[in-house]
Amino acid sequence: MGHEHKLAIFQGTLKFKNNVQKIWGVLIFLTIVTAIEVALGIYKPAFLMDFSPIGMKALNWIFIILTLVKAYYIAWDFMHLRDETKWLRRAIVWTCVFLIVYLITILLVEGDYIRNVWENGHTAWDF
Amino acid sequence: MDSTAITTGTEEKTWGGGNQPFKASYGKMMMWFFIMSDALTFSGFLAAYGFSRFKFIESWPIADEVFTHIPFYHGDPQPMIYVAFMTFILIMSSVTMVLAVDAGHKMQQNKVAWYMFLTIIGGAIFVGSQAWEWATFIKGDFGAVETRGGQILQFVDNEGKRVALADFTTASETERTAHERKNGLWFRDEGTLPTYTMADVKAGFLANDDVLIRTQVINEEGEKTVLTRAESMKKIEEGVMTVEGANLVHNEYGSRLFADFFFFITGFHGFHVFSGVLINLIIFFNVIIGTYEKRGHYEMVEKVGLYWHFVDLVWVFVFTFFYLV
Repeated sequence: MGHEHKLAIFQGTLKFKNNVQKIWGVLIFLTIVTAIEVALGIYKPAFLMDFSPIGMKALNWIFIILTLVKAYYIAWDFMHLRDETKWLRRAIVWTCVFLIVYLITILLVEGDYIRNVWENGHTAWDF
Repeated sequence: MDSTAITTGTEEKTWGGGNQPFKASYGKMMMWFFIMSDALTFSGFLAAYGFSRFKFIESWPIADEVFTHIPFYHGDPQPMIYVAFMTFILIMSSVTMVLAVDAGHKMQQNKVAWYMFLTIIGGAIFVGSQAWEWATFIKGDFGAVETRGGQILQFVDNEGKRVALADFTTASETERTAHERKNGLWFRDEGTLPTYTMADVKAGFLANDDVLIRTQVINEEGEKTVLTRAESMKKIEEGVMTVEGANLVHNEYGSRLFADFFFFITGFHGFHVFSGVLINLIIFFNVIIGTYEKRGHYEMVEKVGLYWHFVDLVWVFVFTFFYLV
């Protein structure tokens, strides 16, 4: 069981002496990421708002990527998936990631399609 | 140390249930099963939110204009600050939870109790903040007018600064009284009457030349479109009712779906936090009375810990999709 802790994060770049120290280290990292998100959310740099790679503003892509980074460290260190056996971890993560990506892709494509129909069709605004 | 709570006497037999290829106990596996199904439920909600948002991408409310309040503060609008605080509280309570789990592995009863206690306090602060956030959202900010087609018209001055209905409207005497059950059909009654009638708003709007209408449509600069005075005069004729605040049917901030999803998703998450606090309380008392000392291990703390971190994990996504993106 999870009594043996893997104490290195960032692919082994940062090693901690014990588990408690690692927890505080992860907290500091998550706080920094949140602070970056909030700062970007308040100031909204113009160059990130104007530039839209793959159908969404660069700023929104940054938010989503930072969120996934946070999710990774919450799951790996707080929910100690890092210390579980490889296949328990994979059974949990791969299943969820596959189903969620699938659902989101379908619903967003469909939503965008309906918007196009409304834009080019002759229907009332909202109901 | 063996962490399995119940021994069945079949530990030695591979096919007797004694084999644990994942090296996780039954209880912990089941907690992960639950968390996965709950994660899929939440992604269903958030994906539905994304679907509706992509449908109305040109007219969706801008979150920074909706959530701008901080308790006890009445100055300029401050988007993000309070939610950032809530996020930090929840991450912090997650940290105290891991520390409790860690202390549990070392069989330090007092430490586990203290960390559980701090986790519960953090959770309570978060639920309280969310209740306040709801109350502010329901009460509303400036008020707006809704058209027959369901569009929301908001009011701004010449500089584009928001104007509240109360700033240019005076309520007129009206004979209309709210319909109550005792006066007619027993199963029907009516909520509070709006502060202003549509006629009041129209009269006030026509009397104040510097008030303009802002529509829901987002322009090239990513801001809501403000009409000219002449266009506004024409647009106000379409208004059929005033809207103050938000509920499941009317929403002064814009698309009503925004309010529906806000109530549904943050409500569902808030309910998770609330039940998490209750479960943590039960475990906290168990720690204090020494249940887990007797049992010889603190795996129960680890299991509720998993649930608690999951709630934090979901909030990270809700935070992104409701407040940031």
